[in-house]
Amino acid sequence: MHELSIAMSIVELAEEEAERRGVQISAVHLKLGALSGVVKDALLASYEMACDDTSLKGSRLIVEEIPVVIFCPTCQTQRPLNSVQLFSCPQCGTPCSEVVHGRELEVVALEIQECAPNPV
Amino acid sequence: MCSEPRLIEVRKNVLKNNDVIARVLRERFRAAGVFVVSLVSSPGSGKTAFLEKTLTLLRSNYRVAALVGDLATENDALRLARSQAPVKQITTGTLCHLEAAMVQAALADWDLNHLDFLFIENVGNLVCPSSYDLGEDLRLVLLSVTEGEDKPLKYPTIFNSADVAIVTKIDLAAAVEFDWPAAYGNIQAVQPGMPVIRLSAKTDEGMKQYLEFLAARLAGRSVTAV
Repeated sequence: MHELSIAMSIVELAEEEAERRGVQISAVHLKLGALSGVVKDALLASYEMACDDTSLKGSRLIVEEIPVVIFCPTCQTQRPLNSVQLFSCPQCGTPCSEVVHGRELEVVALEIQECAPNPV
Repeated sequence: MCSEPRLIEVRKNVLKNNDVIARVLRERFRAAGVFVVSLVSSPGSGKTAFLEKTLTLLRSNYRVAALVGDLATENDALRLARSQAPVKQITTGTLCHLEAAMVQAALADWDLNHLDFLFIENVGNLVCPSSYDLGEDLRLVLLSVTEGEDKPLKYPTIFNSADVAIVTKIDLAAAVEFDWPAAYGNIQAVQPGMPVIRLSAKTDEGMKQYLEFLAARLAGRSVTAV
């Protein structure tokens, strides 16, 4: 269970961006590959905890799950795998070890609101 | 006053801090000419016995050392010290995996120029270590015959992230009716073309083949480094 430390890294990264740009973050968009080694539900639960006592408290984590896509040397094209338990081309059956997508663990976008400093 | 929400593109790897340190480590290993092998497996797969035997046998021809990750005890480091190779414990506390920063901290006062091989034994866990690059040249995933042939299918991510699969405790294969063709097939299903070595750290069966494999990888890297 390392999702909490992953969630804390996400919050840290988002906070850095928020501070640098002087914005308030309402949501974090994340790409999560099927081979990232991270479980979505555990990550969502951890995210809420990781946001506590930070400027991201109350923000949402929006996860886009990325299936494994391999490159088939026989078909000479990329194809999504049917199952992570069988790295073979779903079309022709050739064993495929070249992973094109599926390892992503990436913050792709932030939903922000720009807030002017309160007038004194 | 706040504006309407809008989206800004960021595109940042969540583990970038770990990856940056891993890259620094990899450069340091390369500059020192040390070949770094990490070991991942579930608890009880025989990692420590395997590593102890590896260190003992390699020591006659190579300069070797090891880092061992463990949740709470120093038992593994004490066992490995019997090989007489330099061994350092990284106690992770409650953390279920090693991170590049821990390896960096553990190696801060080591002179790597005097080493040929450095082994890094990860915490016994087949889930969490898969996401963290430690700067290693080679990642071994261990599967003991007592664990069942379907382990690769249950943990495809870690088997897919490793470079070589080591099947351990083959001296027990007959007793537990280990189905080698099924295990091999499952490993190949989650990573086609993955090299698989069968061995027993107890009887030494297969150890020679494994050590030759390591020596070839070390030699191969020395050649490409020139």
